[in-house]
Amino acid sequence: MTDADAQASDSPERRRAAWMAAAQAGDRIAYERVLADSVPLIRMAARRQGVAVDQLDDVVQETLLTVHRVRHTYDPARSYDAWLAALAARRAIDALRSQGRRGRHELHDDHAYDAYPDAHDATAATEREQEARHLRKAIAALPPGQREAVEQLGLKERSLAEAAAHTGRQTGALKVNLHRAIKALRARFHGES
Amino acid sequence: MAEPRLTESLIQSLGAELTPVRRLPPPWLRTAGWLLAVAVFAAVLLWHYGADHMVRRWIAEPDIALAGAGAVITAACAAWVAFSLGVPGRSARWAWLPLPGLLLWVGASGLGCLRDWVLPGTQVAGVHQSADCLVFIIGFSVPLSALLVWLLRRACPLRPVLTALMIGLASAAASAALLEICHAFAVAATDLLTHAAAVAIVVLANAAMGGRLLQSALK
Repeated sequence: MTDADAQASDSPERRRAAWMAAAQAGDRIAYERVLADSVPLIRMAARRQGVAVDQLDDVVQETLLTVHRVRHTYDPARSYDAWLAALAARRAIDALRSQGRRGRHELHDDHAYDAYPDAHDATAATEREQEARHLRKAIAALPPGQREAVEQLGLKERSLAEAAAHTGRQTGALKVNLHRAIKALRARFHGES
Repeated sequence: MAEPRLTESLIQSLGAELTPVRRLPPPWLRTAGWLLAVAVFAAVLLWHYGADHMVRRWIAEPDIALAGAGAVITAACAAWVAFSLGVPGRSARWAWLPLPGLLLWVGASGLGCLRDWVLPGTQVAGVHQSADCLVFIIGFSVPLSALLVWLLRRACPLRPVLTALMIGLASAAASAALLEICHAFAVAATDLLTHAAAVAIVVLANAAMGGRLLQSALK
């Protein structure tokens, strides 16, 4: 029986703290348990910040990625729930800000459509070409690991197993890289305009 | 429902990527490490200038010793707060912790303004000497701030600007305390203003640049 199992009979918060402490030492089962257990807490923290229901899953996934990146900052002597809630609140605020920026951008586009209606298809085709060029450029600018995941899984439409065999990377790493790449591309095309 | 499945698959992917991590040392330990660096600077200055002059000044003008103690307390508290803010879930209200030390430092230094009046004939700083103080405080604050930013490189400050502000306060206060070792004259109004300007420059420069430097964990 591991320490994580021994403390699993405690209160849910102490159980999560013990799982995260075990995860810091590399215990994968404890890690997946604590992440799964964290999902409702993240949703609750995001709701408290005013995140809309249809955006909650985005915030959950972003928070899980952040937890993964900064898991070394958790101190098992302190509350896991407070640590997680602080990260979730920050990610919720980021989501609300990015939604606000996107909202302004779309309003601007509506105005553009009224003022300059599509005259002919050639213009639309040129725009599509331009967009594709921008997307190719944006993919080329991604960090190597993320670019590889987009090329293998998105553009060449390889399965995870095929992509893993082809690149020599683990399927988990490929999936995480794809998720990060989509986030970066989304921020580039919607968030920073 | 695609999204919950996506979350589950993300959890499995993160599990597959899991490697053991080295925990961040507690804030007090990192504060002690930084204070050790300040102590090394102090030891070098004491070795160069000697302690006699400083002790004589403290005996003649105890408010200078009080101001120095206030600066040291402010530096230690602000550094501890900077490291604490790098741990998610710690309350931002800790940012008030350096206030008592700051009040002691500013209050006791302010007493120096009355020195001309209280002790006529005391040597006070001219404009050039005040400029030396400015260069000293800013010059020592740069490596001390850089060291704090480096010690925070693995941290996750959810309030980067407030953290950078604390870094600026800690390094400016520590530099002002170090200045006491080789300060050749009493603190008069012009000199006090120079010190305040140097501290403000250091704090604001940190808030402007350090805030950006500290955001890498959140990207």
